[in-house]
Amino acid sequence: MSTQATKTITPLWEVFIRSRNGLAHKHVGSLHAADATLALQAARDVYTRRGEGLSIWVVPSNAITASDPGEKGMMFEPAESKIYRHPTFYEVPDEVGHM
Amino acid sequence: MTTTSIRVAETPLVLYALRRADDALVLGHRLSEWCGHAPALEEDMALANIGLDLLGQARSLYGYAAEVEAAGHNEDDYAFHRDAPQYRNLLVAELPNGDFARTILRQFFYAAFADLYWRAMMASPHSTLAAIAAKSEKETAYHLRHSAEWVIRLGDGTEESHRRAADAVAYLWPYTGEMFEADAAERALIDAGTVLDPASFRDAWDKTVSDILAEATLEKPAAGWMQQGGRSGRHSEHLGHLLAVMQSVPRAIPGASW
Repeated sequence: MSTQATKTITPLWEVFIRSRNGLAHKHVGSLHAADATLALQAARDVYTRRGEGLSIWVVPSNAITASDPGEKGMMFEPAESKIYRHPTFYEVPDEVGHM
Repeated sequence: MTTTSIRVAETPLVLYALRRADDALVLGHRLSEWCGHAPALEEDMALANIGLDLLGQARSLYGYAAEVEAAGHNEDDYAFHRDAPQYRNLLVAELPNGDFARTILRQFFYAAFADLYWRAMMASPHSTLAAIAAKSEKETAYHLRHSAEWVIRLGDGTEESHRRAADAVAYLWPYTGEMFEADAAERALIDAGTVLDPASFRDAWDKTVSDILAEATLEKPAAGWMQQGGRSGRHSEHLGHLLAVMQSVPRAIPGASW
């Protein structure tokens, strides 16, 4: 099967895995699969072989809307100069302990 | 081959354990042959994973056979130092992989049986067998799901995938009857309540297979003449070649470690 044929027949899916209760699903990679059921199985076989996960999400890659790398100046640079948005100006009372 | 084969004292329970262990080892080895050759990376990993599950099941069962035989043999001795006529696996396990459809259909037919079998064996009065069954059942349940999903997609897929899947069903069908056999040695264990009669899973297996084949738009063959012989060491010519590859290093360099 040629690479081109694989791409045409089997769409790309993004895989998200939650490693423990209480944590969020985290993007771990992508894979090719014919449909959602097989994508879930392939995600299990490819990405949880070493006990990495308790839950898997698969999402069709073409369902994701991504920001344009060409707009990263407009999108992200304005935040860089606003250090006051980081909570680093507070005295944390000892009673609070580790935060 | 520079080493001789071991002689195994095949009491009914040793024979029982070797039969199941050999099924798992030989089928696991066949799956390992797909490593680097599967139609896609995802399926390469899936087949290798299933192969490793089966290898683990074989190890547990060989360990149990060694314990029961108590003749100083270990799992490697059983795997690497028995010749083809001493192997007790189902013929279906040793058949060459063929194309992807044949590999998947074989896995489906076997897993549909093994899943039922191990689930029921979890209630075995033998604690070791019950523990092996509990671990094997979880793995096998996934093997069944994975292979069944593929059977449906191959059968109900393109014209070519349907043709290949139908060919695989026709080719493999005469090898499915052996799974339900029990000879006199095994009958003694069944009557004693130690193990379960494989024939008692026939109806449930038939139902699973009928349902999935129907969903896959594949025709289920009529019951007919069935191959047998693997359980008593009468194998196809394919097993000798498989063992020659699998056993070459331990036979050439006995006791090698890496």
